[in-house]
Amino acid sequence: MGTLYEIMEKLLPFSWIEYNFMKNALLAIIIITPLFGILGTMVVNNRMAFFSDALGHSALTGIAVGTIFGISDTNISMVLYAIIFALLLNFIKRRKTLSTDTVISVFSSFSMAIGLMILSRGGNFSRYSSLLLGDILSITVREIGLLCIIFLITLAYWFLSFNRLHSVGVNVSLARSKNIKSSLMEDSFSILIALIVMLSIKWIGILIINALLILPAAASRNIASNMREYHLFSVLIAIFSGINGLILSYYMGTATGPTVVIIAAILFFITLFLNPTKSK
Amino acid sequence: MLAKKNTNHKTNNHNTYNHENDAACGLHCIKINDISVKAGEQVIIDKVDLHIHCGKVTAIIGRNGAGKTTLIKAILGEIKHSGHIEFMDLKDKTMGNLKIGYVPQYVNIEKNTPMSVYDLFAGYVSNTPVFFKKSKKIYEFIKEQLSTFDAGDLIDKRACDLSGGELQRVLLAIAITPIPNLLLLDEPASGIDRNGMELFYNNIQKLKDNYDLAMIVISHDFEFVRKYADHVILLDKTILKEGSFEEVRQCEDFKKVFGGRLDGYSI
Repeated sequence: MGTLYEIMEKLLPFSWIEYNFMKNALLAIIIITPLFGILGTMVVNNRMAFFSDALGHSALTGIAVGTIFGISDTNISMVLYAIIFALLLNFIKRRKTLSTDTVISVFSSFSMAIGLMILSRGGNFSRYSSLLLGDILSITVREIGLLCIIFLITLAYWFLSFNRLHSVGVNVSLARSKNIKSSLMEDSFSILIALIVMLSIKWIGILIINALLILPAAASRNIASNMREYHLFSVLIAIFSGINGLILSYYMGTATGPTVVIIAAILFFITLFLNPTKSK
Repeated sequence: MLAKKNTNHKTNNHNTYNHENDAACGLHCIKINDISVKAGEQVIIDKVDLHIHCGKVTAIIGRNGAGKTTLIKAILGEIKHSGHIEFMDLKDKTMGNLKIGYVPQYVNIEKNTPMSVYDLFAGYVSNTPVFFKKSKKIYEFIKEQLSTFDAGDLIDKRACDLSGGELQRVLLAIAITPIPNLLLLDEPASGIDRNGMELFYNNIQKLKDNYDLAMIVISHDFEFVRKYADHVILLDKTILKEGSFEEVRQCEDFKKVFGGRLDGYSI
């Protein structure tokens, strides 16, 4: 780690890089943002924006349920809860008795209310309010390592299953006629989103994590005309917003998460304006 | 995965068994036995039996809500159903693995979706992740498959910019790559303009002439049914009447369901 710090100081002759917490934050941003850029493409394509939003909100409930069962590591309780929550949502969605957004809305509010009720017991909720905004400056080296592992898992998953996932997003019946296991693809993708959202929520914040997932992909859609451009632009926009958001927040003394999101949102509006097909 | 067209040599092998078209050997038969679908207490499909040979077009007609799409989805295995489907090779009496191709009624591709026709197609036939790189070999292969239906030059267009007829042709090309034993088409003519329709009918004829497959088509277009269907099924939960179009047209149930609708057609 020491050598990595030295390299960063040599490469980046700025005053902010002298602090180790800024170096860690920068490393974390460099890992998290491309991950979100990649995943976002399919979240947007498969119309799962609302789903991932609900998933992010379930983090509090995960922590709450964890405290009841005496799980001290909040990462474990959040991830476990989010995976169960995601699979449950998928299961109910497939029964097609209610429309998808209604199902998500009902379960998301119910789950969040449970979490808030448990955590607010005895007036202790303020202990958890940092989760709402997130704090990337407090990330430790060990946690960066964890993000690295997730990054590799995501890449492997993307290379092995992207085509099938993409086909399921186009049309489920058509995918099934090609022997693609649509439920398996949906579930595995949901689990992956749950894993990543939960492990980065402490640094990004519950309130804005979904924006970071959706905005780069949404901006990329405005200018891309095929899957390769879509991914490339989405990842570039995510990294650009992440790094500049971090630096800007340092100089302006603002929270990092919202600053990153604002830059991504501005990029979205610029690309919307650039949209080459709009003129048709 | 890359099943090349192999109909030509098949044709030669089976010349002796020739029916009315060259490619279909007529020796593959698909038996759909006793299919029923229930949603809770409600019966949607009630004991449907179908017997289909390769090289034949079977048209399913019926009122809206008669269960036509449900039957197709049951055959696809997407909807829970009772009964079973057998695929038999009459030549050596072996049971084969039925490969099904499917053309959906419509595919909802949102505006602005950054997906070219290549991306759409490669998702089904290639293992190279489409976000990663465009494989030259697969690009050529897809182009060739698309040109079967005069859609070769659509390959670099965005799928969301295609007209209904163009998308239909792309979906048709996807459905027959690799070549299935049974091709299911769910109201393939909806959302196509008059010109596209002509082209689409030609393509169905092309499939009949050149491929060794059976087709089930849901259609509201009696002109199409009369011209191309070998066998017509009038469905309302169960099979009310089957036979040639003329036979079905004469029956009471047909008149009850469609009434005066036939007047517009010059039959």
